[in-house]
Amino acid sequence: MRLSSLLPLLLLFGAAAQAQSPTYGVGRTPTASEIAAWDISISPTGEELPPGSGTVDKGSELFLSKGCAGCHGTTGTGGLAPRLVKLDVAADADPWDYGRVLPIRSPYATTVWDFINRGMPLGAEGTLTPDEVYSLTAYLFFLNGLLPDGSTLDRESLPKMRMPNRDNWAQVPDWLPGKPRLEGYPY
Amino acid sequence: MGVKKSDRREFLKRGAALAGSLVAARTAVGQTPDHTEHTPVAPGPDAFLRGSDEIVAYGKRSRFVTSVRIPHGGRASPDQFGLDFHIATPLQDSVGVITPSSLHYMGTTRGSFIPDIDPEKHRLMIHGMVDRPLVFTMAELKRLPSVTRMHFIECAGNRASSRHTTVQETHGMTSCAEWTGVLLSTLLKEAGVHANADWIVAEGVEEVKGASSIPMAKAMDDCLLCYGMNGEPVRPQQGFPLRLLVPGFEGIFNVKWLRRIKVVDQYYMTYNDFGHLTRDPVNAALGYQIGPKSVITHPSGGQQLPGPGFYEVSGLAWSGGGRVARVEVTTDGGRTWRDADIRGTAHPMAHTRFSFEWNWDGKECELQSRCIDELGQIQPSRAQALEFWSTPEEKATSVKGQDNSIQPWRIASDGSVHNAII
Ligand code: HEC
Repeated sequence: MRLSSLLPLLLLFGAAAQAQSPTYGVGRTPTASEIAAWDISISPTGEELPPGSGTVDKGSELFLSKGCAGCHGTTGTGGLAPRLVKLDVAADADPWDYGRVLPIRSPYATTVWDFINRGMPLGAEGTLTPDEVYSLTAYLFFLNGLLPDGSTLDRESLPKMRMPNRDNWAQVPDWLPGKPRLEGYPY
Repeated sequence: MGVKKSDRREFLKRGAALAGSLVAARTAVGQTPDHTEHTPVAPGPDAFLRGSDEIVAYGKRSRFVTSVRIPHGGRASPDQFGLDFHIATPLQDSVGVITPSSLHYMGTTRGSFIPDIDPEKHRLMIHGMVDRPLVFTMAELKRLPSVTRMHFIECAGNRASSRHTTVQETHGMTSCAEWTGVLLSTLLKEAGVHANADWIVAEGVEEVKGASSIPMAKAMDDCLLCYGMNGEPVRPQQGFPLRLLVPGFEGIFNVKWLRRIKVVDQYYMTYNDFGHLTRDPVNAALGYQIGPKSVITHPSGGQQLPGPGFYEVSGLAWSGGGRVARVEVTTDGGRTWRDADIRGTAHPMAHTRFSFEWNWDGKECELQSRCIDELGQIQPSRAQALEFWSTPEEKATSVKGQDNSIQPWRIASDGSVHNAII
């Protein structure tokens, strides 16, 4: 290849490199521990999950002692807050008939851990330890028939849990500027 | 009120207390014009308003203007705990395209306290799959190049039913404002996004730390980090001091009280994302970017036409797909459609005012409007939408998914206006 034919490529790389360096230099760099303290997002693959573990047994105690039962009902239903156990439907029912109940409908177990950790108990969010969140998550899965009594959950086992809707949900379509929301939609 | 010059000087010396009583006296003796038709009296004010520090400082609308927001969706706002849920904009009184900030609709997942944030202490972090994680103060964000754009926001639950009477109930969960802030792409480029990063997760500071997954293509295209709204700081109910605007996407994506953006390589299935979960790919696709939509705001349900004659039929059209290209109006229940005029500029993903000149003959009739956007997407009729979702019309209380169907208003021969959804 002659240099002249490489030139456009070189220019392209030059431009890309330029776009990758900061233009304004405004804002400061956070420390690693700062990022760790802020970052409460847990992905479906669970790489952000903290060390620790919890059990169904501990979870059932915490559900009372942490006030969850007061809002969600002692059995996870019947309170003012949303129900946390699936509807009473036939054993072979479609998982979508279990109701809009996070610990059973969610395709990923990580979403349950993430939401309890970031948002519950409402009014005292962010006060649970990782062990407590593992335990409460395990207990809610037990209530929904996803884990047997006596089970333990940790950062390894939680993302591996096979939720009933794991592959039974619709991905949002690829979004591109100027694209109709649904190809072929008549209206 | 002839006050001689010397007397006047004397009066000025006597100070404000007296000034107050004098104004009051003037108001009391001031003639109240009789506004009854056909009386030969020129119109004038009923009274004069005394200046007050409050009005000088922030202004106030006329006491004769009583248009207000209302709780939406059959749940109290605020409720007994002081939580706000869904609050609808009085579209029936709207003129132009900007919703005043105090009347902008508001929605939360299941009721929320409004975070009370000191902007001096607020921070935004960008981290994850970037070369340079960054933290910004509000002052630093304001140093960056800004843009100002008109955009609507609409709640996914903004759907009309036969139970509704007014356009505030059928369509009040959408509003449009002039937003000012920094393009999200500016910050993402500043941080240096990795090539394999396909998504961002944006997160607020409210109790449940609401977070949404947003595709990188959208984040890089036109998303805005807004600190300004209609010429002043964003209101607390709208996310003060910083909110994300995701133009044309459903309301929930427009994360309020924004504190963190994480750049990632997968869909995170946050609790907000879970809230929109469906197993129907069509429903998922249609419930992402708002479809083309319009509604006549005058005449609309609950209003009264005084009698036959000329009226401007006026309404709002919008689409998550871009600019409104055309709006059509029918005054005969959909048999014939004619083009309405676009008033002002049709901005991308913004409410657009349309107008249609109409002579009402005094007979019962049905008015509808239909939006066509720049992508050629056409607003469906309610019957078409129901048929698409295979919902028998007699069973339908609402259209499935995001409802962008045509709103019919029936004008009765006495001039009263009614929701014509059956
Ligand atoms: C003060 C009342 C209150 C307390 C205490 C409380 N919750 Fe909640 N919880 C709520 C409300 C309200 C929601 C709905 C939140 C929303 O939609 O944003 C909720 C939602 C949830 C959800 C998601 C439910 C779903 O299907 O969408 C889970 C899981 C949950 N809570 C678990 C817990 C656990 C575990 C505890 C105890 C550590 C707890 N909650 C304590 C009020 C409470």
